[in-house]
Amino acid sequence: MFIDGNGAAGVFAEALGVDITTAVITCAGCGAGGRFAESHVYDHGPGVVARCATCESVLARIVRTPTDAWLDLRGARSVRIPLPAEGADASS
Amino acid sequence: MSIVSRGFHGRREPAAADLPPGQYLTRDFPVLQAGPTPRVDLDTWQFTISNEAGAKYTWSWRELLALPSEKTTTDIHCVTRWSKLGTTWQGVSLDTLFADVETAADHALVHSYGGYTTNLPLEDLLDGKAWIAYRFEGEDLTPDHGGPARLLVPHLYFWKSAKWVTRIDLLNDDEPGFWEQLGYHNYGDPWREQRYTDD
Repeated sequence: MFIDGNGAAGVFAEALGVDITTAVITCAGCGAGGRFAESHVYDHGPGVVARCATCESVLARIVRTPTDAWLDLRGARSVRIPLPAEGADASS
Repeated sequence: MSIVSRGFHGRREPAAADLPPGQYLTRDFPVLQAGPTPRVDLDTWQFTISNEAGAKYTWSWRELLALPSEKTTTDIHCVTRWSKLGTTWQGVSLDTLFADVETAADHALVHSYGGYTTNLPLEDLLDGKAWIAYRFEGEDLTPDHGGPARLLVPHLYFWKSAKWVTRIDLLNDDEPGFWEQLGYHNYGDPWREQRYTDD
């Protein structure tokens, strides 16, 4: 009854302005790391819940109200977001 | 003046007045959950009420079934906007379970197998307003709908009716639950459309 993390890309991108699917999340519960895209996402409820693919602990939760996004990342020990290399010039 | 008859309806459709504001009627029973469905062994199932002093009152599955049960027919309203009318449940009234519980607490935090929580005032669990339900429409409650047993508090949005219930902690100070921490209303009265924190 879960989908993979790609299914939650839109709601996180709207709130954070980044593509969360390529981020590497380390689970605060079991310590396993993995790309957000590989997490187990439960989106048939009042909000979206991403769970660790290894231990099913909650990694992240997000609720979209009519006016705000509410985000809980307490289940993530770290969130590693790929960025363009510092000093890189995309025009060259 | 219209000359078109609306016809004769053998079965009354629910009027809008039967639905809280912002809700639509469904005849299905949607399954909403925030995690995998716990598979709870009835031999180890427990339901515990823990009071503010830490005293515990615990029932096994067999002890729960031995208590007087009630049948109730009620409407249920999900915060995701569906409502289902005339659902029939069987279970044990919280009044029965609280009969010997000593407490002066005002708040309850409900815990489920799987880690889900929800909070509500203790008074909303009493006086015939809440049950530990284990049968739905005459059948054992299925795991996807919260079986073997779920809390049933139908006068509040259905996220308060915690599936797979296992414990109620009585607290002197209110403590928000799983969705109440994250933008949903602390009380959740569907007739006042208390969906979100600021409603």
